[in-house]
Amino acid sequence: MRIGDVLFQEVIVTYKIVSKKQLSDNVFTVEVEAPLIARARKAGQFVIVGVSDEYGERIPLTIAGADPDKGTIRLVFQRVGKTTAQMADMNVGDSFGYVAGPLGRPTHVEKFGTVVCVGGGIGTAPLLPIATAMKQAGNTILSILGARNKELLILEEEFRAVSEEVIVVTDDGSYGRKALVTEPLKELCQRDPKPNLAVAIGPAIMMKFCCETTRPFQVPTVVSLNTIMVDGTGMCGGCRVEVGGKTKFVCVDGPEFDGHQVDFDQMMKRMSAYHKQEQQAHQAYQEHRCKIGLDRK
Amino acid sequence: MTRDEERLQELLEKQQAGLLKAADRYEIPSQPMPAQDAVRRRSNIDEVALGYTETQARLEAMRCLQCKNAPCVQGCPVRIRIRDFVAAIAEGQYDQALSIIRENSLLPAVCGRVCPQEVQCQETCTVGRKFRDVEKSVSIGRLERFVADRDKGGSLPKIAPPTGKKVAVIGSGPGGIVCAADTRRAGHDVTVFEAFHKPGGVMVYGIPEFRLPKAIVQDEIDVLKKMGVQIVCNFIIGRTRTIGELMKEDGFDAVYIGVGAGLPRFMGIEGEQLVGVYSANEYLTRSNLMRAYEFGKGSDTPIARSRRVAVVGGGNVAMDAARTAVRLGAEKVYLVYRRSEKEMPARIEEVHHAKEEGIEFHILQNPKRILGDELGNVVGIECLRYELGEPDDSGRRRPVPVAGSEFVLDVDTVIVAIGNGANPLIQQTTPELEFNKWGNIVVDEKCATSMKGVYAGGDIVLGAATVILAMGQGRTAAAAINEYLTQP
Ligand SMILES: Cc1cc2nc3c(=O)[nH]c(=O)nc-3n(C[C@H](O)[C@H](O)[C@H](O)COP(=O)(O)OP(=O)(O)OC[C@H]3O[C@@H](n4cnc5c(N)ncnc54)[C@H](O)[C@@H]3O)c2cc1C
Ligand SMILES: Cc1cc2nc3c(=O)[nH]c(=O)nc-3n(C[C@H](O)[C@H](O)[C@H](O)COP(=O)(O)OP(=O)(O)OC[C@H]3O[C@@H](n4cnc5c(N)ncnc54)[C@H](O)[C@@H]3O)c2cc1C
Ligand code: SF4
Ligand code: SF4
Ligand code: FES
Repeated sequence: MRIGDVLFQEVIVTYKIVSKKQLSDNVFTVEVEAPLIARARKAGQFVIVGVSDEYGERIPLTIAGADPDKGTIRLVFQRVGKTTAQMADMNVGDSFGYVAGPLGRPTHVEKFGTVVCVGGGIGTAPLLPIATAMKQAGNTILSILGARNKELLILEEEFRAVSEEVIVVTDDGSYGRKALVTEPLKELCQRDPKPNLAVAIGPAIMMKFCCETTRPFQVPTVVSLNTIMVDGTGMCGGCRVEVGGKTKFVCVDGPEFDGHQVDFDQMMKRMSAYHKQEQQAHQAYQEHRCKIGLDRK
Repeated sequence: MTRDEERLQELLEKQQAGLLKAADRYEIPSQPMPAQDAVRRRSNIDEVALGYTETQARLEAMRCLQCKNAPCVQGCPVRIRIRDFVAAIAEGQYDQALSIIRENSLLPAVCGRVCPQEVQCQETCTVGRKFRDVEKSVSIGRLERFVADRDKGGSLPKIAPPTGKKVAVIGSGPGGIVCAADTRRAGHDVTVFEAFHKPGGVMVYGIPEFRLPKAIVQDEIDVLKKMGVQIVCNFIIGRTRTIGELMKEDGFDAVYIGVGAGLPRFMGIEGEQLVGVYSANEYLTRSNLMRAYEFGKGSDTPIARSRRVAVVGGGNVAMDAARTAVRLGAEKVYLVYRRSEKEMPARIEEVHHAKEEGIEFHILQNPKRILGDELGNVVGIECLRYELGEPDDSGRRRPVPVAGSEFVLDVDTVIVAIGNGANPLIQQTTPELEFNKWGNIVVDEKCATSMKGVYAGGDIVLGAATVILAMGQGRTAAAAINEYLTQP
């Protein structure tokens, strides 16, 4: 396929949503037309999505899967603020303003042996392509999926398909074990032989404690950081974190890093930088929705 | 008739009678640039410099001595025939002036505004030399802007018959725009790939509206489109497609890489990860490209609502960041610079404007660390005073810290504007390409890289450069590409 043809297609389709599903109260998955990204992407990479007009925010979302033949990528997102709320209100046939990528370095996949995959909340979505790629490379996958309650647990079936063992935990015990992900993680680390690698993706605080859990067992732990981003191409430095005492840019040096080296406390502070303004924007959008009656659908 | 008009009339009559002497020309006062009021402009983002009136332009043009050897031309990186276009303005032949400029520059409305004229064309001007003051030189840039702004566009350059060859231009900054135009004129099929969602490079995401209105850049992009250049945004070379794929699979015969600098540098001091510390790139991108100054009024990208801001650096980028902070409502903006004011790389006009807008200059000072509160927010910046020591290799007197001179500026935002390293994306994904140790692409005098059919120019080659230098390289590369593609 010559690129001219693909470009032409992409100009015409303009990142159309071809399917949409609600996975839980606040989590949605969409398939979006983006043929070139679908072909180029590898596990661990993300895209920058601009939802609406040219002054909408640019937000990073992990590519949770892709179908190169259909020319689509899959995104799983959680409604947390204005932009993700706008996305949740879009339907099949609507188009995003733009989708750019694939960005970030792909996951380093090789045969490690036993890989523990720990997913918390929405982090389960970006974890899935990594678990799948690790499985394809011949690893044994042990998965720990955590959620606040049963309703919020996503992608369990998909994980069962690639894992030797799936441990589900919920904060309130409404499904699986009543525990935090760190509990079963510790047990797996205590097994003999211990796992060769852990991959933990979820809220920053969860990744931090997963790293604290694996550290004494010296189980190498990969985390995927979700810092605030603007361009996603290394231009702004907004996504920087300290890893092993050095400043790294998550979008070009990451998003995956050796979790034992990451300064999570600092990262969490930086992530709350715009809290007030984000709430304002979200609230304004909610009020707007009410007025135009979107929420009554 | 105003006094200026009368004066112009007299001068013109004298000239017609062949009586105008150099002494008369020296007597014409250097025409000041009309500007928006310094207080009012603190709260809007409109352009500050308003441009010459016709009378002003002709008076300014009359100041030119029409030197035989035209030393000004040597100072212009693209060798615009300055003497001739200035003469045309003096005669009121503005279209002719513009076509003279266009022989060498495709973006006169941009360069007239942003070129550092005082170290280029105007530095060597005989008039400035005579007064021993570069600010008294003929205002070549302002004249260039004057004729460019009068042009209502419309006429498209002639395009040669299709050659069937395909050229990929990576990056839509000034170098990319010029290279695309010149290769398109030769009849090639040209596609520009841009990583961002809007084309224009630093001219749209870096240089603020109040210095370079976005509409001017947009006009240039529209011309490219009308010429039949395809512009593809949100397309990241190295990620969406690699250069290798473009050439081997997608049928591109030649490539120009104009991806600019990138990767902002930080100082490596304590506290740089605090909330409220920005690179100038991030700060300016949020406010320019994403219009954060309209947050909640159409824009969704937030930016710090700062009260007191320290900007570190002394170049154009630092001035732009400081002046943007003022416009975003900061009460106090400090500019902290390590060397003396004479050494500031920023354009003189921007330094003047910044001072008029109330920015407080802290010269010969440098940050030691940034202070934060328990929530990780910036609360101050500790600086050290410097004094000028012995001259270094470059002949500039090196600033040396004065022991024990630490003091704290009380700020809630710190913007770091100390330059950019090279973006690693192309390097990571194009092993065949040769880079120097700083990550800049190595090219020959024709802008050819180590890869056959691949050319490069602008900031990714020169490190931090200027719009006009990037443009010049885009031109050189286009000429080389056109030659390469016509080889049998
Ligand atoms: C590499 C990467 C991959 C990600 N993958 C996913 C994913 O697959 N699914 C998913 O639901 N979320 C993902 N995120 C997080 C997602 O980008 C944010 O949830 C989203 O930006 C929130 O935007 P909003 O306007 O809806 O909310 P806002 O109200 O703007 O913000 C809510 C919170 O989201 C975070 N956030 C805000 N703006 C940004 C930004 N520009 N970049 C990053 N984080 C931001 C902040 O912590 C903020 O407090 C990822 C983030 C990164 C960096
Ligand atoms: C704030 C600021 C103020 C300045 N002020 C002045 C001034 O007053 N006068 C002056 O002469 N110069 C000034 N400069 C410098 C000048 O803007 C640059 O030297 C010039 O723009 C460099 O041009 P370029 O052609 O290299 O491309 P750039 O303008 O740097 O543009 C490169 C483009 O390539 C895109 N890109 C990057 N990577 C990729 C990729 N992998 N795939 C696709 N696209 C990609 C980028 O998004 C960008 O749009 C200023 C710079 C800044 C940041
Ligand atoms: S392009 Fe720049 S340097 Fe050349 S004449 Fe114009 S203002 Fe001067
Ligand atoms: S050097 Fe100055 S005076 Fe002489 S031709 Fe150039 S602009 Fe005119
Ligand atoms: S998001 Fe801008 S540098 Fe990473």
